[in-house]
Amino acid sequence: MFGFGILSGLIFLPLVGAAFILCLRGDDEATLNNARWAALFATVVTFLLSLWAWSRFDPASAGFQLIEEKHWLGGGLSYKLGVDGLAMPFVLLTTFLMPFAILASWESITTRVKEYMIAFLVLETLMIGVFCALDLALFYVFFEGGLIPMFLIIGVWGGKRRVYASFKFFLYTLAGSLLMLLAIMAMYGVAGTTDIEVLLKTSFPLSMQKWLWLGFFASFAVKMPMWPVHTWLPDAHVEAPTAGSVILAAILLKMGGYGFIRFSLPMFPDASHYFAPLVWTLSVIAIIYASLVALAQEDMKKLIAYSSVAHMGFVTMGLFAMTQQGVQGAIFQMISHGLVSGALFLCVGVVYDRTHTREIAAYGGLVQRMPLYAVALMIFTLANVGLPGTSGFVGEFLSLLGVFAVNSWVAFFATTGVILSAAYALFLYRRVVFGVLDKPALQGIMDLSPREIALLAPLGVLTIYYGVHPQPVLDASAASVTLLVKNYDAALAAIKTAALVAH
Amino acid sequence: MTPFSFALAHSLPEAVLAIGALVLLMLGVFRAKDGRDWLISELAIGVLSLAFVLLFFNIQGSAVIWSGSFVDDAFGRFMKALALAGAIGSLVLSVDFMRREGIDLFEFPVLVVLASLGMLMLISARDLIALYLGLELMSLALYVLAAFHRDNARASEAGLKYFALGALSSGMLLYGASLIYGSAGTIQFDGIAKELQGAPSIGAVFGIVFLMAGLSFKMSLVPFHMWTPDVYEGAPTPVTAFFASAAKMAAVAITARVVMTAFPHLVSQWRQIVVFTSILSMAIGAFAAIGQTNIKRLMAYSSIGHMGFAMVGLAAGNEAGAQGVLMYMAIYLIMTLGAFAAILSMRVTGTYVENIGDLAGLAKRNGTMAFFLGAIMLSLAGIPPLAGFWAKWFVFMPAVNAGLYPLAVIGVLLSTVACFYYLRIVKLMYFDEPGLAFDKASPAVTGVLALSSLLIVLFSFWPGPIVSAAAAAAHSLF
Repeated sequence: MFGFGILSGLIFLPLVGAAFILCLRGDDEATLNNARWAALFATVVTFLLSLWAWSRFDPASAGFQLIEEKHWLGGGLSYKLGVDGLAMPFVLLTTFLMPFAILASWESITTRVKEYMIAFLVLETLMIGVFCALDLALFYVFFEGGLIPMFLIIGVWGGKRRVYASFKFFLYTLAGSLLMLLAIMAMYGVAGTTDIEVLLKTSFPLSMQKWLWLGFFASFAVKMPMWPVHTWLPDAHVEAPTAGSVILAAILLKMGGYGFIRFSLPMFPDASHYFAPLVWTLSVIAIIYASLVALAQEDMKKLIAYSSVAHMGFVTMGLFAMTQQGVQGAIFQMISHGLVSGALFLCVGVVYDRTHTREIAAYGGLVQRMPLYAVALMIFTLANVGLPGTSGFVGEFLSLLGVFAVNSWVAFFATTGVILSAAYALFLYRRVVFGVLDKPALQGIMDLSPREIALLAPLGVLTIYYGVHPQPVLDASAASVTLLVKNYDAALAAIKTAALVAH
Repeated sequence: MTPFSFALAHSLPEAVLAIGALVLLMLGVFRAKDGRDWLISELAIGVLSLAFVLLFFNIQGSAVIWSGSFVDDAFGRFMKALALAGAIGSLVLSVDFMRREGIDLFEFPVLVVLASLGMLMLISARDLIALYLGLELMSLALYVLAAFHRDNARASEAGLKYFALGALSSGMLLYGASLIYGSAGTIQFDGIAKELQGAPSIGAVFGIVFLMAGLSFKMSLVPFHMWTPDVYEGAPTPVTAFFASAAKMAAVAITARVVMTAFPHLVSQWRQIVVFTSILSMAIGAFAAIGQTNIKRLMAYSSIGHMGFAMVGLAAGNEAGAQGVLMYMAIYLIMTLGAFAAILSMRVTGTYVENIGDLAGLAKRNGTMAFFLGAIMLSLAGIPPLAGFWAKWFVFMPAVNAGLYPLAVIGVLLSTVACFYYLRIVKLMYFDEPGLAFDKASPAVTGVLALSSLLIVLFSFWPGPIVSAAAAAAHSLF
């Protein structure tokens, strides 16, 4: 349509939904319901369209597909979209999770519903744009633009310390991203374009690569988040409304990982090799430190937030191993974590809606009143631990395998994180679900409603399905990862040869 | 000697403004009752719009006229269009305000037209005398405008302060100009460029420093910014809008023209000054604004910061840098007019309020205005996809490519700091509980606010025309 392809459709469909909700007048219950249905409809249609894009996508090819390009700003900047095996899984993850986010807010959000739905739809547009952009400037616009709706979501509909959390989230991320912006400009200076396809083929001198790598690292490490710049995450997670936490954990964090795979590793291979030990060190610290901190948490959301930091540590560790298993494991871990952490936040939201507290001590013995809930929480807790048979295992195992081949000490320390994660996750589960049901507030608590079952069931099914049959996700990214690793090795070999020749 | 008709054709907008100002003055004297505005504002808007339209009649080429003291080129036309847009916008904003405050005297629009004439002369100046004449015509009108609310002590203070410091800066500028004349033996910019090649004499360097100091006053760059917060706060709000929009356009335009055409061989000399003032302005603009409670003072510090950012582009000292400055000023103009339109909408039971706290909970009371002002604030902070991000993109890009890495890194980090106080306004409007409701704003004010914020929001969708216009304008300088 008008020369635009499916990906443009994916990006602009949520905006159309947002525009529709903007046109709704009135504040009565019927209008608010219309807004909710419109948002759900828009996200579902977007998901269906993404499935269509998926059916047109050829996973056997490593290159970019579904490409569209339009003249935009001139001077090497264009509106260029496309996906490859590294991006497609994230697009699907985004479109898949958005209807859940809308459904999760169905009853818990009662004030300013229209604005809320608009913020989420705009956020979806920007998130899909991040994964589809094939122009660095366009990528940056989407990447950074996502701060605005998330800032409002945390700040308007968040908890008690929402103002502090929203400012911290915004300013932390912005400071990192602006350094990436400078790196982007420097790359433009060398290549004369911001076209990602061209930049992937451009080789930057090593001294420059290091600075560029650090610029990108500043942004992605904050977004990811890596230790020690992770402190915004627990605050943002705790204060955000349930759906905000879901999207934050499931998708926004993945932008950091996606950025590493898309830019840092293929564009600056020598610098990535040079800095890999740094990344491993930070990853291992993140895994162990965040797990220990999670053990001590009193607040359920904060505990899951720290567990996210630890799991993202596995991702960065696997990525910078730069082996086929490591990178594929990292991608799988990100998808799996998207499903599992999203579901865990939904689970917290379920009890929070009933009791309005997230304190672990306020719960206990829930299994007696909420058996279905206990089952759902168990599935996701075990997936979070990485139990074989759940999707969490595949990702962690593959990234550990990948890094073991390169540096066994890193793998050794990271594996302790698996044990620690079992400790804090099961500890949480025991305190919330088992024990005596003696709290007065919990006496009349109701089990999952049909809406909540509809929310959690698909995620549970996928978690187990991908646990026993991870092939669909692995196949989608296999060709692109192979190419990535091959180019990376070739670049390193070229450097070695050059060094030998010089001697 | 160029024929008179040719020269006139290339300075038609200026001629229209000059004649228009005199005619409006006569009309006011003979027709206005009690000196009250009698359609003069509307007519002045018409005169400025006519000049604006005439700019586009001669879209091609450049011409040097009036014995080489005046140049009509794409750069000049671009900046003149911005300055006139700023003047028109400020006048549109002023009508309702002046009437309510009881200062709707006919001299006001006439002075705005005269100041605009000065700006146009300044932008087109091609020698040091023309520069000074344009600058003084503009400044003298601005001094009066600052103190236009003559019964108001703060406005009088603002006018006096502006006059005293402005006179000082003019003196410095003249001193600098005379030193440059002494070194180069000519006042024409291209002649100076020809004379000052190779290692510069000490006189020329001092001349550049003083000239830049004088111009920095007009651009309110640190350390010559002291007048800005007081004048912005004290002057009537539409006048502040005029200072922040049109006057800044002219000052930046002539600065860019002087350094690029008169001192192209002394880049390393004037770059130090530009980098120095740029970093200081960004820093003061970011840190000093955090503590402000008056929104006009906040906008004063904000404009100091933004001038610092614009200078980042100038520091690159090449064509891309000039294009960046042009883009920055264009987008800054839109944001400034929108922000002042929002300030003029802040009226509680008939009285204009200026406290930031009065914006609390605006999203619940007036969601549309909160959205518009929120977009403007986030754009001022430079968050994509809003226009303000592209402004920063176009100035930082040439600076990075010119190897000015420390400046660029300091600049982006300071922009994070500045982001804090813009976010604070968004926070007040969206996160806090509502206070007193605002009165209904006049249609003109709402129109300016809506237009500018829609331009900001939609800029990313269709940026092509303004980018290519800025590129062509920048090219004409070299």
